[in-house]
Amino acid sequence: MTRYIVRRLLLLVVTLFVSSAVVFGLTQLLPGDIARLILGREASEQALEQLREEFGLNDPVLQQYVNWLAGFMRGDWGRSFSSGSPPVRPLVTERLSNSARLMALTLAISVPLSIALGVLAALRENSWLDSAISVLSLSVVGLPEFVTGLVLINFLALQLGLFPATSLVQPGFTLGDWLQVLFLPAVTATLVLLGYVVRMTRAGVVEELKKPYVRTAVLKGLPQPVVIFKHVLRNALLPTITVIALSIGWLIGGLVVIENVFNFPGMGSLLVEAVKQKNIPVIQAVVMVTIVFFALANLAADLLYAALNPRIRLR
Amino acid sequence: MTGQPVLLAEDLTVEYRINRAWVSAVRDVALCVDSLEIHGLVGESGSGKTTLALALMRYLAPNARIASGRILLDGADLVTRTPAEMRAVWGRQLNLVPQDPLASLNPAYTVGEQIAEITRLHSRLSRADAWSRAVETLASVRIADPETVARRYPHQLSGGMQQRVTIAMALSAQPRLLVLDEPTTALDVTTQAAVLDLFRDLIHANGAAAVYVSHDLGTVAHFCDRVTVLYAGEVMESAPVGALFAGPLHPYTAGLLASLPRPTAPGVRLPTIEGVAPALANRPPACVFAPRCPVALPVCSQIKPPLETANNGHQVRCHRWQEIASGTLQPHRPAPPLVVDSQPRRSYVLRTNSLTKHFSEHTLFDRLMRRQPRPVRAVDDASLRIRERSTLGLVGESGSGKTTLARCIVALETADSGEIELCGVGISRRLNERDRDTLRRLRMVFQNPNDTLNPYQTVQQALERPLRRLAGERLNAQQRRQRVLDLLAAVRLTPDYAGRYPAELSGGEKQRVAIARAFAANPALIVADEPTSSLDVSVQAVILNLLKDLRATTGASYLLISHDLDVIAYLADWIAVMYLGEIVEEGDAEDLYSPPQHPYTEALLSAIPVPDPTRPPGAIRLEGDVPSARSVPTGCRFHTRCPRKLGPVCEQERPPWRDAGDGHMIRCHIPIADLVQLQSHPRQEQ
Repeated sequence: MTRYIVRRLLLLVVTLFVSSAVVFGLTQLLPGDIARLILGREASEQALEQLREEFGLNDPVLQQYVNWLAGFMRGDWGRSFSSGSPPVRPLVTERLSNSARLMALTLAISVPLSIALGVLAALRENSWLDSAISVLSLSVVGLPEFVTGLVLINFLALQLGLFPATSLVQPGFTLGDWLQVLFLPAVTATLVLLGYVVRMTRAGVVEELKKPYVRTAVLKGLPQPVVIFKHVLRNALLPTITVIALSIGWLIGGLVVIENVFNFPGMGSLLVEAVKQKNIPVIQAVVMVTIVFFALANLAADLLYAALNPRIRLR
Repeated sequence: MTGQPVLLAEDLTVEYRINRAWVSAVRDVALCVDSLEIHGLVGESGSGKTTLALALMRYLAPNARIASGRILLDGADLVTRTPAEMRAVWGRQLNLVPQDPLASLNPAYTVGEQIAEITRLHSRLSRADAWSRAVETLASVRIADPETVARRYPHQLSGGMQQRVTIAMALSAQPRLLVLDEPTTALDVTTQAAVLDLFRDLIHANGAAAVYVSHDLGTVAHFCDRVTVLYAGEVMESAPVGALFAGPLHPYTAGLLASLPRPTAPGVRLPTIEGVAPALANRPPACVFAPRCPVALPVCSQIKPPLETANNGHQVRCHRWQEIASGTLQPHRPAPPLVVDSQPRRSYVLRTNSLTKHFSEHTLFDRLMRRQPRPVRAVDDASLRIRERSTLGLVGESGSGKTTLARCIVALETADSGEIELCGVGISRRLNERDRDTLRRLRMVFQNPNDTLNPYQTVQQALERPLRRLAGERLNAQQRRQRVLDLLAAVRLTPDYAGRYPAELSGGEKQRVAIARAFAANPALIVADEPTSSLDVSVQAVILNLLKDLRATTGASYLLISHDLDVIAYLADWIAVMYLGEIVEEGDAEDLYSPPQHPYTEALLSAIPVPDPTRPPGAIRLEGDVPSARSVPTGCRFHTRCPRKLGPVCEQERPPWRDAGDGHMIRCHIPIADLVQLQSHPRQEQ
């Protein structure tokens, strides 16, 4: 197991290095003169040059990359290109904490729900219940988030008034306030994830149920819940763990549409704003943070997978 | 207790729902198993033996039902029980030892936990008590270090150990009846012998009874007290084991026994059963065996024969059993003699010199850590010779390296070192350096025809490919078509098979197509890796006869790989025995079956159950498992298990080749004269 963890950690470092280079390289390819972008059309050549010096834009690209990466690791994420040049880090961490809360609630709703539906469908394979669950979960995946989001707003917020229609965040929110604000976006994101996780779980359970060890367990005289929860699920959910981990990157940095529909200040909308303004330091920071989260989630999934699966742990 | 059978099944019919109709897989079966009795259920694939065995436990597939009949376990009917009531019976009174032990154990839990689970449930033991009981049970199935094994996961154990674990599991609650579903099919012969001995002892010690499902008549002959033969879901014959093997009364049983491979004179063909078993949905209405029966009368396809009792509990379902019993009717036809090839065999078609293949896994991580993992020494220093128009049989247990050696010869694996000579000319060890003519002359037949025929190609397409790619001359479509028909005729398939897809063929027919494909471009040598081990006994006989015929008519040679010494004995002229990557003995087929023998060969032969209950079983049982090929024992590789080990010399020095005459070579420290003396005296029974 130790050997396995060390291997995974090494792999994580390599992954992050490569992706940092890719992120930095891609932002370099963005067209346009950054100095002019910040200072505007009328800026003098002298002012432009001064700004370039200040931001280090005249250094060789490799040096810029090293400076940026070193800064990123120290916690100095640079200054935004927007007016007043505020530091990037507080900007990103504030949005990150919002997005992390949304992710947590989404996972708390979607993981138990979709696993339960998947298991139910698998246990009643080819019954009307199985078909109903499959049709339902697949059809909501097909719907774009802005449609499901707007429908939810229309019914639960505007007509029934249970939740606020916009998810604006204010300082000093209590847990209750957060739940109020996050519920509708989290349900919307859940509907997107549902189909994948339900299908994955169903496929996993159906496959495991066919294996001879299930017959062994039944013929021991074990009650059905023990057979399902202790014997089948432990093996059947292994692929589902990977799928859930893969969705975490999307939940942190990719909820642009949902954030827009609900006016929620998350990482996705920050990224879109930054791209519109060619605000490169913000783009780099948002993308890197998303990648780090994604990589850590996958590491956690791999370790959990190994912990649950002795065939990986003990070879 | 006396008098009442442990298990009594009456009029049992099990049906499957197929295409919205109920089709019976088991029909009107009666079965009686007394205390301490081991009752064999014998039949070929599709005979319904596994369905019946599981139905006896009231365990049915979701689309199956028990349509009629009673199953009495100690007098109490199981058919009327609810699922909840069955849960109290399963695991406690009734237990299953499955066919595939690894797949039948949960990969996520230690074997100790999986055994302890049963006593926690049924005997209400505490966690700690159940664990120590599990360790005791493991000890009772003769596992040397039960404490350690209990903490292992299934994948960390060898096949034999896994099967012992499932046995321990089945016995942990002292059941009344064990259902053994081909429990040794996944094991090597030497392991199989030990496991069957263990079963017999434990069943007697526990006062239990067992139903033993098998297709292997050899193990049935020695292991069972009574045998029931199933065909197409019906009982054909049921008798005490001695009576059944000595005088089968049903033509099907007689045919099965006659078709078992054995050493024979060169011109003798194995008798076979014509045709194939009927599909469930269209079984003949009267006698189900009538269409394949060599002695069928018109009445056999009109009136269903009843199951009649002949004598001493010998039951048979046949209209003509009295004639067979009185000896006036021979229940199977003698097969026509084989073509005997009497031309001299001078030159060698294949020679290998010191072929070696080691597998080493070198991961990036190993390289970073500067580690050098030990290689798997699959084949070491193997030298073989095969004469023209002859068959070399290569024998060994799993892990002996016999398949790797064969794959190196056809270059599916590239040997690390050594030379290969085909028809006197050296050929490359690498596939991409071999020319087409070499590829044409060296062909392979694989174990499982299901995996080696492309499911989207018709038989015609499969056979045309080697004709197009490898045949020296250019053939037009018409000529190719003719060659395909000739090939089909050679493997006894009618021309209409050309347009069929593999899914439309039975297992035996697929293997015939695979053989036809190997012969398509006039090969000099065919490497056949376990060509019949996935086939039923009656089909196996057909394929073995076919291989003999084709050898005589085409002049090709075979390298035949098998773990089954009977198959080898029937087909091979020369035999090489492999153990842990090394050839330990080779010689003429007739010499190998009698002393002097390498102690490993001796043990292998002793472990093979002969399908004759009157022949005492061999007394030599090998201890332990085959060591890992990653850490090959020093000196003689067999010394860790050898019953005739001399002493330190076996552990330290590699044994020399000893010449027993006529090219019969034995790699052993024991001198030939001593081997003869040791092996000629029957060993004392332990």
